Amino acid sequence: MATVTYAKASRVYPGTERPAVNELQLDIADGEFLVLVGPSGCGKSTSLRMLAGLEDVDGGQILIDGRDVTHLPPKARDIAMVFQNYALYPHMSVYENMAFALKLRKTSKAEIDRRVKEAAGLLQLEEYLSRKPKALSGGQRQRVAMGRAIVREPQVFLMDEPLSNLDAKLRVQTRSQIASLQAKLGITTVYVTHDQVEAMTMGHRVAVMLDGNLQQVDTPRALYDTPKNVFVAGFMGSPAMNLKTVSLVDGGADFAGIVLPLTREQIEAARTGGDKVTVGFRPEDTDIVAASEGGLPIVVELVEDLGSDANVYGHAEIGGTSERFVVRTDRRHMPNMGETIYVKPRPDKIHLFNAQTTDRI
Amino acid sequence: MNFDLADHADKFLMLGGGLIAFVVLVGGLLLVLDVIPTKLAERRTVRLAAAVEAGTPIKAGRSREGWLALGFLLPAVLLLAIGLIFPAIRTTLLSFRNKDSSEWAGFDNYTWMFAQPDIRQVLFNTLIWVLVVPTLATAIGLLYAIMVDKARGEAVAKALIFLPMAISFVGASIIWKFVYAYRSGDQEQIGLLNQIVVWLGGEPQQWLLEQGYKLNTLLLIVILIWIQAGFAMVILSAAIKAIPAEIVEAARIDGTNAWQMFWRVTLPAIRPAVIVVVITITIGTLKVFDIVRTMTNGNYETSVIANEMYNQSFRYGETGHGSALAVFLFVLVIPIVIFQIRNIRKQRSEA
Repeated sequence: MATVTYAKASRVYPGTERPAVNELQLDIADGEFLVLVGPSGCGKSTSLRMLAGLEDVDGGQILIDGRDVTHLPPKARDIAMVFQNYALYPHMSVYENMAFALKLRKTSKAEIDRRVKEAAGLLQLEEYLSRKPKALSGGQRQRVAMGRAIVREPQVFLMDEPLSNLDAKLRVQTRSQIASLQAKLGITTVYVTHDQVEAMTMGHRVAVMLDGNLQQVDTPRALYDTPKNVFVAGFMGSPAMNLKTVSLVDGGADFAGIVLPLTREQIEAARTGGDKVTVGFRPEDTDIVAASEGGLPIVVELVEDLGSDANVYGHAEIGGTSERFVVRTDRRHMPNMGETIYVKPRPDKIHLFNAQTTDRI
Repeated sequence: MNFDLADHADKFLMLGGGLIAFVVLVGGLLLVLDVIPTKLAERRTVRLAAAVEAGTPIKAGRSREGWLALGFLLPAVLLLAIGLIFPAIRTTLLSFRNKDSSEWAGFDNYTWMFAQPDIRQVLFNTLIWVLVVPTLATAIGLLYAIMVDKARGEAVAKALIFLPMAISFVGASIIWKFVYAYRSGDQEQIGLLNQIVVWLGGEPQQWLLEQGYKLNTLLLIVILIWIQAGFAMVILSAAIKAIPAEIVEAARIDGTNAWQMFWRVTLPAIRPAVIVVVITITIGTLKVFDIVRTMTNGNYETSVIANEMYNQSFRYGETGHGSALAVFLFVLVIPIVIFQIRNIRKQRSEA
């Protein structure tokens, strides 16, 4: 059981100017499931590897349970890691793979056996214990990799995209297994993924990164409801939030003659970013209205029928350019392709961002 | 001496004719080999289409391709038969005949081989070679591969140890002949080893005559190790680089130190490559001839089977003895080759 702290930890790869991870400041509570998420190259994996001790730390500190581990080798950190391609030892059986770390620690045979059997039971691997990794399916290998981490009973679990190599169905299934396993064991976990759905569904808190900088850390709910900037707003949620930068006029934001009403405070705050404002609304926070009610006219291009509801993709002419929009409708109001629908974002669900700094207003 | 082109016109004509014949033959062969499969494929497509249309079951048209395969194989099989299979059979037969192959001698040549102290010495020497060279060459190559892996100047370091591979065995032997060269104490030493001995205040030695503890044989063995360690290093270095980085990282997180990393992770991962290297060097060592022939010609109790085989057959005119030695060498190599083939098959089926 342990806390993890990144104290302005940085990593600059030799021969590069821009830090891969820039002064990361992050406190992870004991027993927390923290997800690091971001597009590829954002520094999430590097951050995890810094915590593992596989990557040098060029500035700042990393603490595990208050202990400075910044320059300790991986084995002195009491961590276990699950790799994307599992990194199982090909010449060892499932049992030996799981027992390896304990054997190196000179744990007694009986204790090793107890722990391996227990982990195998937890992961439904009992019948495969004597098999070599190559005789296992992808999902089974993934579970062995998990088992190898569990038997260690480490202070922190590190997981680097452990579900990326599984097929879609197995991924959803394993996702919930990992989350419930973590809840059962109560071991602090740092989980890296590029998949915002994984982040939303698994993490107690989610840290969003971009270009080596931490953008926002919060609960999935809070990230979704109050994204701190345009990047987080666009990254979390699928389909993505509609984000358009439009002109400010008296009384609101101007969508090609259709004015989205804003409060005086909002307009004043937006003015600091010039005469433009970035407006965001999620596909589900919209209503389809009659033409007379002054909604945004959107020409439907594609309708994704999801069964319970549908995602409608279309475009609208704003200031001479064609802008794409996504709205979610329930199945009673499913439009046809080529049809023009009139869409009104719900006023209380609108996100405003400074057009210059991209920060939330 | 005037060179009159006209005098040699017929020779040039012949040369030209030969060249043209070669081009026509090879070109024609390539053309045929290119055209026939294409034609066959076309015809099969047509046949298949017809069969599908008519709804009749599709017949496998394999026999024609079988003939084609035979056509491809024939030249190689023919050459193997002439160059390898026939001589092997003939040598085996000769090993049961007498000195000049005039009459049958039963197992005489083989009993001679094991009865003669000289020849037993030869067999013993070969055993030393086979035990020492693969072990040490592989060990040195492996150690070197691990030490230079990801080190600065890796390419240069590797080239240095790999260079001896590029030298012929005879060339290498001549180089080492200089290393072991002897001049009496009052002369200036030209041999590296003796010069070092002199610098250290010792007496120069006639190294290649030193039979105590098989010293001269061991000194010859050093040459082959010098050559083969580079080969071992290159293969093993490639195998080490093929180990996925994540596995090494996982082992580091699991808590391995350098020693455990080598024995528990690296070595098991490159085991197949190590086996290939050991076997290849073992076969090469069993057949070693050039080094012994160049350095001592098998004198001073340094001879090995291949060298003795040559001496018996071509210097002493003992065709029977020579053939028997050749067959014995062949018999020694066979199990290793079989093991190697099995190993490759096993790896293929596992991959």
